[in-house]
Formats: sequence, structure tokens, C-alpha cells
Amino acid sequence: MFAIYKKEMRSYFTNPIGYVFCGIFLAFSAILCCYTTILSKSYDTSAYFTLMIFALVILIPLLTMRLFSEEKKMRTEQLLLTAPVTLTGMVMGKFCAAFSLFFSCVAVSCINLIPLYVIAAAERGNMAYDTTYVGPATAEIIGCMIGMVFIGAAFIAIGTFISSFAENQLAAAITTMAVMVALTGIGIISNFINVYWIRVVISWISVVDRFENFSQGIFDISAIVYFVSLAFLFIFLTVRVYEKRRWS
Amino acid sequence: MIKIEHLTKNYGSNCAVDDISFEIGAGETVGLLGPNGAGKSTTMNILTGYLSASAGRVSVDGIDIMNDPIGAKRLIGYLPEQPPVYQDMTVDEYLNFNYDLKGCTFDRKQHLAEICEVVRITDVRKRLIRNLSKGYKQRVGVAQALIGNPPVIIFDEPTVGLDPKQIIEIRNLIRTLGKNHTVVLSTHILQEVQAVCDRIIIINKGKIVADEKTENITRAVESNHRFNVKICGASRDVLNVIKNIPGVVFAELLPQKDGDANCYVIETENGLDIRKKLFFTLAERGYAMVGLEALGMSLEDIFISVVDKTEQAKSAQGSKYERGAAKKHVARTRTTLESDVADTLVKDAEKRREDAPDEPED
Repeated sequence: MFAIYKKEMRSYFTNPIGYVFCGIFLAFSAILCCYTTILSKSYDTSAYFTLMIFALVILIPLLTMRLFSEEKKMRTEQLLLTAPVTLTGMVMGKFCAAFSLFFSCVAVSCINLIPLYVIAAAERGNMAYDTTYVGPATAEIIGCMIGMVFIGAAFIAIGTFISSFAENQLAAAITTMAVMVALTGIGIISNFINVYWIRVVISWISVVDRFENFSQGIFDISAIVYFVSLAFLFIFLTVRVYEKRRWS
Repeated sequence: MIKIEHLTKNYGSNCAVDDISFEIGAGETVGLLGPNGAGKSTTMNILTGYLSASAGRVSVDGIDIMNDPIGAKRLIGYLPEQPPVYQDMTVDEYLNFNYDLKGCTFDRKQHLAEICEVVRITDVRKRLIRNLSKGYKQRVGVAQALIGNPPVIIFDEPTVGLDPKQIIEIRNLIRTLGKNHTVVLSTHILQEVQAVCDRIIIINKGKIVADEKTENITRAVESNHRFNVKICGASRDVLNVIKNIPGVVFAELLPQKDGDANCYVIETENGLDIRKKLFFTLAERGYAMVGLEALGMSLEDIFISVVDKTEQAKSAQGSKYERGAAKKHVARTRTTLESDVADTLVKDAEKRREDAPDEPED
């Protein structure tokens, strides 16, 4: 499993795809952070994080599209499947590689928030007396970061799954994007539906609705459980795809 | 070392491998031979754990591939039909990846250097696989199979797409490996199996149709008890003379002609050289012999005849062509494989005669 992880990490950076992902991710997050906080003179980061979720819809497929479809195209999956590695190990190796790249990008993107603290510190210094706390809400930011990491994990698992049966990278990327758009955009649709129970179901599925609690500074265990189980479900399904292919 | 019992593989309603069983001992080099789509690759894919069998058991060194796939895969080095190389890696990176993947415990540097030396890729170790020629890619694939020094090595059509020099190199390599590994290779090139294998298993339409030691097949090929003779003179008389020579069990006129000479095909009993006698007998009667050519059998003939026979077996019995009583007598003294070949040759001759336009005989 570790061999596959290492190989995937390497291939992210010998192919342009890893650099493209990191570059776009960091540029996007910087621009979004700048617009939603500094330029709009606000310490509220919830808009930034919500927009980042939508950015993930475009970015995650870049990470996952080639994981399995490329192996299939180059006929190298035969190597992995005849090597003394379990299917779960193989899938987990690939998932972990994509996830750790994503995670490091999220970690690096934290520097976007430093200017906020700097500005807040300057503002506090200018103020004659302390009435209210001025500055970004740290707990809320940490909550959002955690939420984003888990959403990323779920999205990567979905992308991995789709890549395992897609014929080529482009098909994998587009399908993944479509699924993620559905998962995130479904919350918007619920605004137009008047039937109560449908709205409940939709908000249960919707990723953005689940994320809302994080952006309000609430650490929502049920949301974490939802994202983690989504990730596990799709990793499990990916293993099943390979298991089934052996038998068909 | 390898034991396959009643292996069956269905792709939907299509049966790719149909109840085959064989055993391969340690140190043996076995060639799986068969036309395209015969089930060679499927068999190998099941053997290596890439596919699962619909029915039957496969075990490597006593380890069942279904019960303990990891343990069995550890014993196998596999080179699929298309070498599974990552185009964006250098040879070194690729071999290191495989070393990690197989969880080897040898000294990494030394082990990889040895393998590179064996398959002669030391000079390209720093190059991207993408930029290598087909032959080198194939060798990198072989190197991959050798990593971890597995006791069983499986090659699926290892020489496809290589130039003659590379083919010879790969064959030599396989022969070297065969000395201390169990090697299974599939191919549809007959000289190849003859050159490197101890044993040949011929597969057609998912069934084993022949399983012979290479030397037996070679013997069948080399036994020259069939001659192509060119003799001047009236064909009916000449044929009579030939048939009366003791040891001749079959003779017939061929449609070709060489000047005023007719061509005949003669079959003799095993191990009997009638050439001198034939010459003198004909000379006595005044028939000039202008050509005498021993008809060895090519492996192709054997292969095709064996494959044909399995197809023929399925068609109705009545469609089998008739042959002289002499042939039946001989059939008993020959191995089945040889008689198969003989059948084919004669059938071909008959067919040619039917196709040829009627010519007035002398």
C-alpha cells in the first residue's frame, strides 16, 4: 500500500496535474479570501469557506480523474492486481495520496488568513478601549477547516470510485464534477420546494447545508460522521468494482 | 509447482476456458500454444490472480490462489502481453516501485543491479520508459517479473513485436531463467516453444488438445517417412511400381508437374529408408527419377492439424474423409500426433486434386 502511495505522490509531481491542482487551489483560495474578507472589510470567513466548497467541485476531479482510469488505459493495473497487494491496500494507497495532496494544500492555504489577524491586531492597537472583540473568529475558522478537510475526503472518495470505472480521464473528471455539483447544488434547489419533508431529505443530503453548522462555529459530529461514511462507502465501492471485474 | 484442476472461465455466455487441468513441476519450462482467442491469456490471468475462475482450482506451490491470493502472488512474477510500465517513470524509478510493491527483503541496490544486468537494461536505467524502444520496454517488463526472485515466472507472448535479434535475446533469457525457475510462457509462434520449452500444451477454444514433451513433437517433425518424388513416365504404371516396393504403405499422384515428370507423394513405414531401393527399382524399369525430396513436417502442420482435429471432432462423423486401408495399418504404429499430421497432409493433397482442373494423364 505504501509503495502505491509513494508512486501516486510521485506521479502528481512528475505530471503537471499536481502543480496545476496546487496552483489553482492556492490562487483560488487567496482570491476568494481576499474578496470575501479584506476587500469587503469583514472578519467573517464563512462566505470564504462556503465558496471554497464550490471550488472543490472543480478542483477535486483534477486529483482523482487519473487515479484508476490511467492505469486501465496504460494496462498497468494488471501489474497492481497481480502484485502481492490487497485490493483495499491498492485503493487506500491511491486515496491517501490524493487526500494528502489535498490536505497539504488546505494547510498551506491557512496563510491566506494571516493578513486578517494582522489587520485585526493593528485595528485593536488603534482602538482606545476594548469594548468588543475585533478580529476573525478562530474557533469558527478551525471548525470550517476541519469541515472542509472531511468534505474533501468524501469528494476524493467519490472521485476515486468514478475513476475506477471511467474509460478515460476526461469522462472521469466530468462525471465526478457532475456528482459533486449535484451534492452541493441540491441545497439551492430546496429553496424552491415547498413540501417540508422533501426539503428535510434534501438538506440531509446536501453537503453545503451540512457545512453550515461549521461556518457558524458549531462542531457538528453528525456532519463529520456523514462525510466520513460517505468516504468509506465510496472506497468500499471502489474495492467492489475491482473485485467484480475479476469475476466478470 | 503449479496445479490447475478443472479450470473453467466464462465471460457471460462465452466460455473462454473450458475445464482444463494440468500440472507443472518445479523447474519445468512449459509453453502454452494456441491460436488467438484460444484461452491462453485467460488461463495465465487466472493463474496470476488477475481474474477469478468460474470453476476449478488453481494452486501455486500448494497455495490456493483463491484462498491466499497474496501468498500465491508472492511466488509469481508475471509479464502480461503488454508490458505494464509507467511511461512517465524512469527505468530505475519503475524497478524501485516494483521492489516496494512486492515487498522484497533483498539488498535493494544489489538485487536491482543484478536484474538489470540479466535483462541488459543497465545502460538505460536513467531513461524515461516513454522514450525506450519496444524491445527495451519489453525487457523492463521482464525485469519487473524477476524482482523478488519468484520461483514461478509467467510470460504472456514475450516476443510479440520484437525484432529477430531481440527475439533471440529474450529466448536466451527465458532459457537461462528456465534453469532455476518454473517458467510458463504463451505464444503462437511454434519455433519459440520448440526452442525454449520442455513441454508444450496446445490449447484451442478453451480446451487442451495436446500435452506433449517437446522432444516427442520434434521427433514427429523430423521423422522423414514421407517423400515427394518426381518421376518421368506413365503415372499409372509408375504408381504401380512404387506401390509394389516393400515398405511403401501409401503412394499417390500429385497434380503438379515438373516438365514431363509427374509428382508423387510416398509414405513408408517408420524407420525404413527406401530411397536407394526406389532409385534402383525405377531405374530398372526405365523410369527416370528427376527429384526426391524428404517431406519433413513443420511444427505449423502439427499445430494446425491438431487444432483442426478438435474442430473436426465437433462436426459430424460422416464428414470425415476416407482413407486407404494401408493408412489404418500405419496408424496403429504411430503416435496420435503424427497420424494427425499425416491426415492433414493427405487431406490437403485431396483437396488440391479436387481444386485443380482436370488434366489428361499420360
